[in-house]
Amino acid sequence: MKRARTYASIATVVAAMSATAVVADADGDQLVVNGEIKMVTEAAAADHLENLDTVYSGWRFRADETQAFQMDDFDNPAMIFVEKAQEVWDTAEGSEGKACASCHDDSESMKGVRAVYPKWNETAGEVRTLEMQVNDCRENQMGAEPWNYTGGDMANMVALLTTVSRGLPVSVAIDGPARETWEMGKDIYYTRYGQLELSCANCHEDNYGNMIRADHLSQGQINGFPAYRLKNTKLNTVHARFKGCVRDTRAHTFKPGSAEFIALELYVASRGNGLSVEGPSVRN
Amino acid sequence: MASGVKPRVKVPKTAAAGDEITIKTLISHKMESGQRKDGDGNLIPRSIINRFVVDFNGQNVIDVTLEPAISTNPYFQFDATVPESGEFTFTWYDDDGDVYETTKKIAVS
Amino acid sequence: MKLTRRDLLVMGSVGMGLTALGVTPAMASLTDDEIAKITGGAEVGAGDLVVTAPEIAENGNTVPIEVSAPGAVMVAIFADGNPTPAVATVKFGPLNPTHAASTRIRLAKTQDVVAIAQMEDGSFQKAKANVKVTIGGCGG
Repeated sequence: MKRARTYASIATVVAAMSATAVVADADGDQLVVNGEIKMVTEAAAADHLENLDTVYSGWRFRADETQAFQMDDFDNPAMIFVEKAQEVWDTAEGSEGKACASCHDDSESMKGVRAVYPKWNETAGEVRTLEMQVNDCRENQMGAEPWNYTGGDMANMVALLTTVSRGLPVSVAIDGPARETWEMGKDIYYTRYGQLELSCANCHEDNYGNMIRADHLSQGQINGFPAYRLKNTKLNTVHARFKGCVRDTRAHTFKPGSAEFIALELYVASRGNGLSVEGPSVRN
Repeated sequence: MASGVKPRVKVPKTAAAGDEITIKTLISHKMESGQRKDGDGNLIPRSIINRFVVDFNGQNVIDVTLEPAISTNPYFQFDATVPESGEFTFTWYDDDGDVYETTKKIAVS
Repeated sequence: MKLTRRDLLVMGSVGMGLTALGVTPAMASLTDDEIAKITGGAEVGAGDLVVTAPEIAENGNTVPIEVSAPGAVMVAIFADGNPTPAVATVKFGPLNPTHAASTRIRLAKTQDVVAIAQMEDGSFQKAKANVKVTIGGCGG
Protein backbone atom coordinates (compact mmCIF):
# COMPACT_ATOMS: atom_id res chain seq x y z
CA MET A 1 0.00 0.00 0.00
CA LYS A 2 1.37 3.41 -0.89
CA ARG A 3 1.79 6.20 1.60
CA ALA A 4 1.81 9.86 0.64
CA ARG A 5 5.29 11.28 0.08
CA THR A 6 6.67 14.52 -1.28
CA TYR A 7 7.60 14.51 -4.95
CA ALA A 8 11.04 15.98 -4.22
CA SER A 9 12.08 13.04 -2.10
CA ILE A 10 11.57 10.59 -4.93
CA ALA A 11 14.72 11.74 -6.66
CA THR A 12 16.84 10.86 -3.66
CA VAL A 13 15.09 7.86 -2.24
CA VAL A 14 16.28 4.39 -3.11
CA ALA A 15 13.78 1.95 -1.78
CA ALA A 16 15.27 -0.63 0.54
CA MET A 17 15.16 -4.10 -0.83
CA SER A 18 12.43 -6.08 0.83
CA ALA A 19 13.68 -9.23 2.51
CA THR A 20 10.64 -11.03 1.23
CA ALA A 21 11.25 -10.17 -2.44
CA VAL A 22 8.83 -11.87 -4.81
CA VAL A 23 10.27 -14.83 -6.72
CA ALA A 24 11.36 -14.06 -10.34
CA ASP A 25 11.37 -10.32 -9.62
CA ALA A 26 14.23 -7.99 -10.55
CA ASP A 27 17.54 -9.31 -9.21
CA GLY A 28 19.44 -7.54 -6.46
CA ASP A 29 22.49 -6.43 -8.44
CA GLN A 30 23.94 -2.92 -8.31
CA LEU A 31 24.92 -1.00 -11.40
CA VAL A 32 28.01 1.17 -11.25
CA VAL A 33 29.38 2.19 -14.64
CA ASN A 34 33.13 2.52 -15.09
CA GLY A 35 33.46 2.16 -11.34
CA GLU A 36 32.21 5.74 -11.14
CA ILE A 37 28.63 6.37 -12.18
CA LYS A 38 26.27 4.95 -9.59
CA MET A 39 22.98 4.20 -11.29
CA VAL A 40 19.74 4.17 -9.37
CA THR A 41 17.98 1.11 -10.78
CA GLU A 42 15.30 0.93 -8.13
CA ALA A 43 13.21 3.77 -6.76
CA ALA A 44 9.94 4.46 -5.03
CA ALA A 45 7.20 4.74 -7.64
CA ALA A 46 6.04 8.26 -8.45
CA ASP A 47 2.82 9.44 -6.87
CA HIS A 48 0.83 9.11 -10.07
CA LEU A 49 1.49 5.35 -10.26
CA GLU A 50 -1.45 3.64 -8.64
CA ASN A 51 -0.47 0.04 -9.22
CA LEU A 52 3.26 0.06 -8.50
CA ASP A 53 5.20 0.64 -5.29
CA THR A 54 8.67 0.37 -6.71
CA VAL A 55 10.05 1.01 -10.15
CA TYR A 56 12.97 -0.93 -11.55
CA SER A 57 15.25 -0.29 -14.50
CA GLY A 58 15.21 -2.91 -17.23
CA TRP A 59 18.85 -3.61 -16.33
CA ARG A 60 17.69 -5.50 -13.26
CA PHE A 61 15.81 -8.06 -15.31
CA ARG A 62 18.67 -9.10 -17.57
CA ALA A 63 21.06 -12.03 -17.22
CA ASP A 64 24.39 -11.45 -15.48
CA GLU A 65 26.34 -11.51 -18.74
CA THR A 66 24.09 -8.88 -20.32
CA GLN A 67 24.34 -6.70 -17.23
CA ALA A 68 28.12 -6.93 -17.38
CA PHE A 69 28.14 -5.47 -20.90
CA GLN A 70 26.91 -2.21 -19.47
CA MET A 71 29.23 -1.82 -16.52
CA ASP A 72 32.19 -0.63 -18.54
CA ASP A 73 31.97 1.92 -21.34
CA PHE A 74 34.37 -0.17 -23.32
CA ASP A 75 32.40 -3.38 -23.02
CA ASN A 76 29.23 -1.49 -23.94
CA PRO A 77 28.94 -1.75 -27.74
CA ALA A 78 26.61 1.26 -27.76
CA MET A 79 29.47 3.58 -26.87
CA ILE A 80 31.14 3.28 -30.24
CA PHE A 81 28.00 4.89 -31.67
CA VAL A 82 28.21 7.63 -29.05
CA GLU A 83 31.76 8.27 -30.30
CA LYS A 84 30.45 8.53 -33.84
CA ALA A 85 27.85 11.06 -32.69
CA GLN A 86 30.57 13.06 -30.94
CA GLU A 87 32.31 13.46 -34.29
CA VAL A 88 29.03 14.57 -35.87
CA TRP A 89 28.51 17.01 -32.98
CA ASP A 90 31.73 18.76 -33.95
CA THR A 91 31.14 18.69 -37.71
CA ALA A 92 29.49 21.60 -39.52
CA GLU A 93 26.52 20.69 -41.68
CA GLY A 94 23.77 22.54 -43.52
CA SER A 95 23.38 25.94 -45.15
CA GLU A 96 24.45 27.89 -42.07
CA GLY A 97 27.81 26.15 -41.83
CA LYS A 98 27.27 25.34 -38.18
CA ALA A 99 27.92 22.28 -36.09
CA CYS A 100 26.03 21.43 -32.88
CA ALA A 101 29.20 22.61 -31.14
CA SER A 102 28.89 26.08 -32.68
CA CYS A 103 25.98 26.92 -30.38
CA HIS A 104 26.23 24.28 -27.67
CA ASP A 105 30.02 24.09 -27.20
CA ASP A 106 30.96 20.78 -25.62
CA SER A 107 28.40 17.95 -25.60
CA GLU A 108 28.94 17.90 -21.83
CA SER A 109 27.06 21.20 -21.68
CA MET A 110 23.90 19.24 -22.50
CA LYS A 111 23.99 17.59 -19.09
CA GLY A 112 20.54 17.59 -17.56
CA VAL A 113 18.66 17.83 -20.84
CA ARG A 114 17.84 14.17 -21.38
CA ALA A 115 16.51 13.84 -17.85
CA VAL A 116 13.63 16.25 -18.43
CA TYR A 117 12.58 15.21 -21.91
CA PRO A 118 9.90 14.83 -23.31
CA LYS A 119 8.79 18.27 -22.21
CA TRP A 120 6.46 21.12 -23.09
CA ASN A 121 7.91 23.68 -25.48
CA GLU A 122 6.16 27.00 -24.87
CA THR A 123 7.18 28.65 -28.15
CA ALA A 124 6.14 25.67 -30.22
CA GLY A 125 3.03 25.02 -28.13
CA GLU A 126 3.61 21.29 -28.00
CA VAL A 127 5.32 18.53 -26.05
CA ARG A 128 8.70 17.88 -27.63
CA THR A 129 10.79 14.74 -27.58
CA LEU A 130 14.56 14.95 -27.76
CA GLU A 131 14.42 13.77 -31.38
CA MET A 132 12.00 16.54 -32.30
CA GLN A 133 14.25 19.10 -30.68
CA VAL A 134 17.34 17.80 -32.48
CA ASN A 135 15.58 18.04 -35.82
CA ASP A 136 14.28 21.52 -34.93
CA CYS A 137 17.85 22.65 -34.33
CA ARG A 138 19.03 21.00 -37.52
CA GLU A 139 16.36 22.54 -39.72
CA ASN A 140 16.04 26.00 -38.18
CA GLN A 141 19.47 26.71 -36.73
CA MET A 142 21.77 24.72 -39.00
CA GLY A 143 19.78 24.72 -42.23
CA ALA A 144 20.37 20.99 -42.42
CA GLU A 145 18.09 18.15 -43.46
CA PRO A 146 16.15 16.62 -40.59
CA TRP A 147 17.22 13.11 -39.64
CA ASN A 148 15.00 10.05 -39.94
CA TYR A 149 13.28 9.86 -36.54
CA THR A 150 14.49 6.35 -35.77
CA GLY A 151 17.49 6.20 -38.09
CA GLY A 152 21.09 5.58 -37.11
CA ASP A 153 22.17 9.23 -37.11
CA MET A 154 19.37 10.22 -34.76
CA ALA A 155 19.81 7.19 -32.51
CA ASN A 156 23.53 7.92 -32.18
CA MET A 157 22.95 11.59 -31.33
CA VAL A 158 20.26 10.81 -28.78
CA ALA A 159 22.66 8.27 -27.27
CA LEU A 160 25.33 10.98 -26.96
CA LEU A 161 22.87 13.38 -25.34
CA THR A 162 21.80 10.60 -22.98
CA THR A 163 25.38 9.71 -22.05
CA VAL A 164 26.14 13.17 -20.72
CA SER A 165 23.16 12.95 -18.36
CA ARG A 166 23.94 9.51 -17.00
CA GLY A 167 23.29 9.04 -13.31
CA LEU A 168 20.89 11.99 -13.10
CA PRO A 169 17.34 11.11 -12.03
CA VAL A 170 14.69 11.01 -14.74
CA SER A 171 12.41 13.92 -13.96
CA VAL A 172 9.80 14.69 -16.60
CA ALA A 173 7.01 17.12 -15.80
CA ILE A 174 3.49 15.77 -16.04
CA ASP A 175 1.57 18.83 -14.89
CA GLY A 176 0.81 22.20 -16.45
CA PRO A 177 0.61 22.41 -20.24
CA ALA A 178 2.02 18.89 -20.61
CA ARG A 179 -0.86 17.38 -18.66
CA GLU A 180 -3.16 16.78 -21.60
CA THR A 181 -0.45 14.97 -23.57
CA TRP A 182 0.41 12.95 -20.48
CA GLU A 183 -3.20 11.88 -20.02
CA MET A 184 -3.34 10.77 -23.65
CA GLY A 185 -0.20 8.72 -23.12
CA LYS A 186 -1.65 7.14 -20.00
CA ASP A 187 -4.78 6.19 -21.92
CA ILE A 188 -2.74 4.49 -24.62
CA TYR A 189 -0.67 2.64 -22.00
CA TYR A 190 -3.78 1.01 -20.57
CA THR A 191 -5.56 0.35 -23.89
CA ARG A 192 -5.59 -3.15 -25.31
CA TYR A 193 -4.42 -3.27 -28.91
CA GLY A 194 -4.30 -5.76 -31.71
CA GLN A 195 -5.46 -9.25 -32.39
CA LEU A 196 -3.83 -10.31 -29.13
CA GLU A 197 -5.64 -7.53 -27.25
CA LEU A 198 -2.66 -6.62 -25.12
CA SER A 199 -1.98 -3.31 -23.42
CA CYS A 200 1.44 -2.16 -22.23
CA ALA A 201 0.18 -2.68 -18.70
CA ASN A 202 -0.75 -6.33 -19.28
CA CYS A 203 2.91 -7.26 -19.59
CA HIS A 204 4.86 -4.45 -18.00
CA GLU A 205 2.70 -3.67 -15.00
CA ASP A 206 0.79 -6.89 -14.32
CA ASN A 207 3.51 -9.34 -15.24
CA TYR A 208 6.94 -7.79 -14.83
CA GLY A 209 9.31 -10.35 -13.35
CA ASN A 210 7.52 -13.22 -15.06
CA MET A 211 8.73 -14.99 -18.15
CA ILE A 212 7.23 -14.56 -21.58
CA ARG A 213 8.57 -17.63 -23.33
CA ALA A 214 12.23 -17.38 -22.34
CA ASP A 215 12.30 -13.61 -21.92
CA HIS A 216 12.34 -12.06 -18.46
CA LEU A 217 9.68 -9.33 -18.59
CA SER A 218 10.75 -5.93 -17.31
CA GLN A 219 8.59 -2.98 -16.29
CA GLY A 220 9.15 -1.49 -19.72
CA GLN A 221 10.93 1.58 -18.36
CA ILE A 222 12.71 3.75 -20.90
CA ASN A 223 15.39 5.30 -18.70
CA GLY A 224 17.88 3.03 -20.44
CA PHE A 225 17.11 4.14 -23.97
CA PRO A 226 18.51 4.26 -26.58
CA ALA A 227 19.15 0.57 -26.01
CA TYR A 228 21.73 -1.56 -27.79
CA ARG A 229 19.78 -4.75 -28.26
CA LEU A 230 21.71 -7.99 -28.53
CA LYS A 231 18.93 -9.19 -30.79
CA ASN A 232 19.65 -6.70 -33.57
CA THR A 233 23.12 -5.53 -32.49
CA LYS A 234 22.28 -1.86 -32.87
CA LEU A 235 20.95 1.15 -31.00
CA ASN A 236 17.17 1.20 -30.69
CA THR A 237 15.19 4.37 -29.99
CA VAL A 238 12.07 4.63 -27.86
CA HIS A 239 9.65 5.06 -30.74
CA ALA A 240 11.20 2.22 -32.67
CA ARG A 241 10.63 0.00 -29.66
CA PHE A 242 7.07 1.24 -29.14
CA LYS A 243 6.36 0.50 -32.78
CA GLY A 244 7.67 -3.02 -32.37
CA CYS A 245 5.73 -3.67 -29.18
CA VAL A 246 2.42 -2.54 -30.70
CA ARG A 247 3.16 -4.55 -33.84
CA ASP A 248 3.73 -7.58 -31.62
CA THR A 249 0.15 -7.38 -30.40
CA ARG A 250 -0.69 -7.89 -34.06
CA ALA A 251 -2.06 -4.39 -34.43
CA HIS A 252 -1.46 -1.78 -37.08
CA THR A 253 1.15 0.10 -35.17
CA PHE A 254 1.60 3.86 -34.76
CA LYS A 255 4.35 5.77 -36.54
CA PRO A 256 7.51 6.97 -34.83
CA GLY A 257 7.12 10.70 -34.24
CA SER A 258 3.32 10.41 -34.15
CA ALA A 259 1.23 12.26 -31.56
CA GLU A 260 0.36 8.91 -29.99
CA PHE A 261 3.98 7.90 -29.44
CA ILE A 262 5.01 11.35 -28.24
CA ALA A 263 2.27 11.14 -25.63
CA LEU A 264 3.16 7.55 -24.77
CA GLU A 265 6.82 8.46 -24.41
CA LEU A 266 6.01 11.27 -21.99
CA TYR A 267 3.82 8.96 -19.94
CA VAL A 268 6.25 6.02 -19.91
CA ALA A 269 9.16 8.33 -19.07
CA SER A 270 7.19 9.62 -16.09
CA ARG A 271 6.71 6.05 -14.86
CA GLY A 272 10.47 5.98 -14.46
CA ASN A 273 10.82 9.30 -12.64
CA GLY A 274 13.42 8.70 -9.93
CA LEU A 275 15.41 6.06 -11.82
CA SER A 276 18.74 7.20 -13.24
CA VAL A 277 19.20 8.17 -16.84
CA GLU A 278 21.01 4.99 -17.74
CA GLY A 279 21.31 4.95 -21.51
CA PRO A 280 22.70 3.92 -23.77
CA SER A 281 21.96 0.57 -22.19
CA VAL A 282 22.43 -3.03 -23.29
CA ARG A 283 19.31 -5.11 -23.42
CA ASN A 284 18.16 -8.38 -24.96
CA MET B 1 37.28 2.26 -45.68
CA ALA B 2 33.96 0.48 -46.04
CA SER B 3 31.42 2.97 -44.76
CA GLY B 4 30.87 3.36 -41.04
CA VAL B 5 33.59 0.96 -39.91
CA LYS B 6 35.27 2.37 -36.84
CA PRO B 7 37.80 0.65 -34.59
CA ARG B 8 38.10 1.30 -30.87
CA VAL B 9 40.79 0.01 -28.52
CA LYS B 10 41.42 0.29 -24.81
CA VAL B 11 45.05 0.08 -23.72
CA PRO B 12 46.49 1.42 -20.46
CA LYS B 13 48.66 4.51 -21.01
CA THR B 14 51.47 3.34 -18.76
CA ALA B 15 52.85 0.11 -17.33
CA ALA B 16 55.88 -1.24 -15.53
CA ALA B 17 58.37 -3.21 -17.63
CA GLY B 18 57.24 -6.82 -17.97
CA ASP B 19 53.68 -6.08 -16.84
CA GLU B 20 50.78 -8.11 -18.16
CA ILE B 21 48.02 -5.79 -19.32
CA THR B 22 44.49 -6.42 -20.55
CA ILE B 23 43.48 -4.99 -23.91
CA LYS B 24 39.92 -4.59 -25.14
CA THR B 25 39.07 -4.01 -28.79
CA LEU B 26 35.90 -3.36 -30.73
CA ILE B 27 35.24 -2.53 -34.35
CA SER B 28 31.85 -1.48 -35.71
CA HIS B 29 31.18 -3.89 -38.57
CA LYS B 30 28.01 -5.59 -39.69
CA MET B 31 29.62 -9.04 -40.11
CA GLU B 32 27.19 -10.10 -42.84
CA SER B 33 27.23 -13.85 -42.35
CA GLY B 34 26.12 -15.05 -45.77
CA GLN B 35 23.21 -16.90 -44.18
CA ARG B 36 20.64 -14.10 -44.41
CA LYS B 37 18.21 -13.61 -47.27
CA ASP B 38 16.98 -10.33 -48.72
CA GLY B 39 13.36 -9.37 -49.40
CA ASP B 40 13.35 -11.32 -52.67
CA GLY B 41 14.66 -14.48 -51.04
CA ASN B 42 18.20 -14.16 -52.41
CA LEU B 43 21.13 -14.91 -50.15
CA ILE B 44 22.99 -11.78 -49.07
CA PRO B 45 26.64 -12.58 -49.71
CA ARG B 46 29.06 -12.96 -46.82
CA SER B 47 31.06 -9.84 -45.96
CA ILE B 48 32.93 -9.97 -42.70
CA ILE B 49 36.13 -8.99 -40.94
CA ASN B 50 38.08 -12.20 -41.46
CA ARG B 51 41.32 -11.51 -39.56
CA PHE B 52 42.50 -9.47 -36.60
CA VAL B 53 46.19 -9.09 -35.77
CA VAL B 54 47.80 -7.30 -32.82
CA ASP B 55 51.53 -6.61 -32.68
CA PHE B 56 53.73 -4.72 -30.23
CA ASN B 57 56.99 -3.22 -31.47
CA GLY B 58 56.96 -5.77 -34.28
CA GLN B 59 56.26 -8.82 -32.12
CA ASN B 60 52.94 -10.62 -32.30
CA VAL B 61 50.49 -10.70 -29.42
CA ILE B 62 47.48 -12.36 -31.03
CA ASP B 63 46.35 -13.36 -34.52
CA VAL B 64 42.68 -14.25 -34.93
CA THR B 65 40.92 -15.74 -37.93
CA LEU B 66 37.26 -14.74 -37.72
CA GLU B 67 34.35 -16.70 -39.18
CA PRO B 68 30.74 -15.51 -39.72
CA ALA B 69 29.83 -16.79 -36.25
CA ILE B 70 31.56 -13.79 -34.67
CA SER B 71 28.85 -11.28 -33.69
CA THR B 72 28.27 -7.89 -35.32
CA ASN B 73 30.71 -5.30 -33.98
CA PRO B 74 33.46 -7.85 -33.27
CA TYR B 75 34.84 -7.59 -29.75
CA PHE B 76 38.05 -9.17 -28.51
CA GLN B 77 39.67 -9.01 -25.09
CA PHE B 78 43.10 -10.52 -24.43
CA ASP B 79 46.30 -9.91 -22.49
CA ALA B 80 49.71 -8.69 -23.56
CA THR B 81 53.15 -8.53 -21.97
CA VAL B 82 54.79 -5.12 -22.18
CA PRO B 83 58.57 -5.47 -22.05
CA GLU B 84 59.38 -1.82 -22.93
CA SER B 85 57.79 1.42 -24.12
CA GLY B 86 56.38 1.22 -27.59
CA GLU B 87 53.37 0.99 -29.79
CA PHE B 88 50.60 -1.55 -30.27
CA THR B 89 49.27 -1.91 -33.79
CA PHE B 90 45.79 -3.32 -34.33
CA THR B 91 44.86 -4.45 -37.83
CA TRP B 92 41.52 -5.75 -39.06
CA TYR B 93 41.14 -7.30 -42.53
CA ASP B 94 37.81 -7.10 -44.35
CA ASP B 95 36.48 -9.63 -46.88
CA ASP B 96 36.05 -6.71 -49.29
CA GLY B 97 39.78 -5.99 -49.23
CA ASP B 98 39.70 -3.01 -46.88
CA VAL B 99 42.19 -2.94 -44.03
CA TYR B 100 41.50 -0.98 -40.85
CA GLU B 101 44.34 -0.07 -38.55
CA THR B 102 44.79 1.81 -35.33
CA THR B 103 47.74 2.19 -32.99
CA LYS B 104 48.19 2.91 -29.29
CA LYS B 105 51.36 3.95 -27.53
CA ILE B 106 52.27 2.80 -24.06
CA ALA B 107 54.97 4.27 -21.81
CA VAL B 108 56.90 1.89 -19.62
CA SER B 109 58.44 3.18 -16.40
CA MET C 1 23.34 -55.60 -53.23
CA LYS C 2 19.67 -56.20 -53.12
CA LEU C 3 17.92 -53.94 -50.60
CA THR C 4 15.58 -56.06 -48.56
CA ARG C 5 12.81 -54.75 -46.35
CA ARG C 6 14.88 -55.96 -43.39
CA ASP C 7 17.78 -53.76 -44.51
CA LEU C 8 15.48 -50.77 -44.84
CA LEU C 9 14.07 -51.31 -41.36
CA VAL C 10 17.53 -51.54 -39.81
CA MET C 11 18.74 -48.39 -41.60
CA GLY C 12 15.61 -46.54 -40.61
CA SER C 13 15.86 -47.39 -36.93
CA VAL C 14 19.52 -46.42 -36.75
CA GLY C 15 18.67 -43.01 -38.18
CA MET C 16 15.79 -42.58 -35.76
CA GLY C 17 17.99 -43.69 -32.88
CA LEU C 18 20.61 -41.07 -33.70
CA THR C 19 17.99 -38.37 -33.97
CA ALA C 20 16.51 -39.45 -30.64
CA LEU C 21 19.93 -38.91 -29.06
CA GLY C 22 19.63 -35.28 -30.16
CA VAL C 23 22.42 -35.57 -32.66
CA THR C 24 21.75 -34.52 -36.24
CA PRO C 25 24.33 -36.74 -37.92
CA ALA C 26 25.20 -34.11 -40.52
CA MET C 27 26.13 -31.26 -38.14
CA ALA C 28 28.03 -33.24 -35.51
CA SER C 29 30.15 -34.79 -38.20
CA LEU C 30 30.83 -31.36 -39.76
CA THR C 31 32.49 -30.32 -36.52
CA ASP C 32 34.28 -33.65 -36.21
CA ASP C 33 35.59 -33.22 -39.75
CA GLU C 34 36.89 -29.76 -38.96
CA ILE C 35 38.55 -31.06 -35.81
CA ALA C 36 40.11 -33.95 -37.70
CA LYS C 37 41.61 -31.50 -40.18
CA ILE C 38 43.42 -29.84 -37.30
CA THR C 39 44.48 -32.91 -35.34
CA GLY C 40 45.08 -35.19 -38.31
CA GLY C 41 43.16 -37.80 -36.38
CA ALA C 42 45.58 -37.63 -33.42
CA GLU C 43 44.33 -38.28 -29.92
CA VAL C 44 42.72 -35.35 -28.14
CA GLY C 45 42.72 -35.19 -24.35
CA ALA C 46 41.58 -32.88 -21.61
CA GLY C 47 43.93 -30.42 -19.93
CA ASP C 48 43.98 -26.83 -18.76
CA LEU C 49 41.90 -25.73 -21.73
CA VAL C 50 38.65 -24.13 -20.56
CA VAL C 51 35.68 -22.74 -22.47
CA THR C 52 33.54 -20.34 -20.45
CA ALA C 53 30.07 -19.50 -21.76
CA PRO C 54 26.71 -18.66 -20.20
CA GLU C 55 24.48 -21.60 -19.39
CA ILE C 56 21.55 -19.79 -20.95
CA ALA C 57 22.22 -17.17 -23.62
CA GLU C 58 20.05 -14.08 -23.23
CA ASN C 59 20.12 -13.84 -27.02
CA GLY C 60 21.79 -16.18 -29.50
CA ASN C 61 22.88 -13.23 -31.62
CA THR C 62 25.52 -12.02 -29.17
CA VAL C 63 26.84 -14.62 -26.72
CA PRO C 64 29.96 -13.71 -24.70
CA ILE C 65 32.50 -16.53 -24.45
CA GLU C 66 36.03 -16.91 -23.16
CA VAL C 67 38.64 -19.47 -24.08
CA SER C 68 41.65 -20.04 -21.85
CA ALA C 69 44.41 -22.26 -23.24
CA PRO C 70 47.54 -22.12 -21.09
CA GLY C 71 50.51 -23.56 -22.97
CA ALA C 72 48.75 -23.58 -26.32
CA VAL C 73 50.07 -22.06 -29.54
CA MET C 74 46.66 -22.06 -31.17
CA VAL C 75 43.03 -22.63 -30.24
CA ALA C 76 40.22 -23.35 -32.72
CA ILE C 77 36.65 -22.68 -31.64
CA PHE C 78 33.56 -24.36 -33.07
CA ALA C 79 29.81 -24.14 -32.52
CA ASP C 80 28.63 -27.64 -33.28
CA GLY C 81 24.99 -26.71 -33.93
CA ASN C 82 25.60 -23.76 -36.27
CA PRO C 83 25.08 -24.11 -40.03
CA THR C 84 28.84 -23.68 -40.38
CA PRO C 85 30.58 -24.74 -37.15
CA ALA C 86 33.79 -22.70 -37.43
CA VAL C 87 33.80 -19.69 -35.10
CA ALA C 88 37.38 -18.47 -34.87
CA THR C 89 40.98 -19.60 -34.72
CA VAL C 90 43.22 -17.79 -32.25
CA LYS C 91 47.01 -17.91 -32.52
CA PHE C 92 49.02 -16.64 -29.56
CA GLY C 93 52.21 -14.68 -30.20
CA PRO C 94 55.37 -14.41 -28.11
CA LEU C 95 53.99 -11.38 -26.23
CA ASN C 96 50.86 -13.19 -25.08
CA PRO C 97 51.13 -14.10 -21.39
CA THR C 98 47.82 -15.81 -20.68
CA HIS C 99 46.83 -17.52 -23.96
CA ALA C 100 43.23 -16.53 -23.38
CA ALA C 101 40.72 -14.55 -25.40
CA SER C 102 37.16 -13.30 -24.91
CA THR C 103 34.74 -12.50 -27.69
CA ARG C 104 31.06 -12.49 -28.63
CA ILE C 105 29.58 -15.09 -30.97
CA ARG C 106 26.41 -16.08 -32.77
CA LEU C 107 24.72 -19.32 -31.81
CA ALA C 108 21.84 -20.52 -33.96
CA LYS C 109 20.38 -22.80 -31.30
CA THR C 110 21.17 -24.74 -28.16
CA GLN C 111 24.53 -26.45 -28.73
CA ASP C 112 28.08 -27.00 -27.54
CA VAL C 113 30.84 -24.48 -28.03
CA VAL C 114 33.88 -26.68 -28.64
CA ALA C 115 37.54 -25.64 -28.41
CA ILE C 116 40.54 -27.57 -29.72
CA ALA C 117 43.94 -26.36 -28.55
CA GLN C 118 47.23 -27.24 -30.17
CA MET C 119 49.87 -27.30 -27.46
CA GLU C 120 53.51 -26.25 -27.72
CA ASP C 121 54.57 -29.90 -27.70
CA GLY C 122 52.30 -30.75 -30.64
CA SER C 123 49.61 -32.51 -28.60
CA PHE C 124 45.93 -31.52 -28.61
CA GLN C 125 43.38 -30.69 -25.93
CA LYS C 126 39.62 -30.37 -26.16
CA ALA C 127 37.05 -28.62 -24.01
CA LYS C 128 33.45 -27.58 -24.46
CA ALA C 129 30.56 -25.72 -22.88
CA ASN C 130 26.87 -26.21 -23.53
CA VAL C 131 24.82 -23.08 -24.17
CA LYS C 132 21.04 -23.04 -24.16
CA VAL C 133 19.70 -20.62 -26.76
CA THR C 134 16.10 -19.63 -26.25
CA ILE C 135 13.33 -17.96 -28.15
CA GLY C 136 12.48 -14.68 -26.51
CA GLY C 137 9.17 -13.02 -25.85
CA CYS C 138 7.21 -10.83 -28.19
CA GLY C 139 8.73 -10.86 -31.63
CA GLY C 140 11.60 -13.11 -30.50
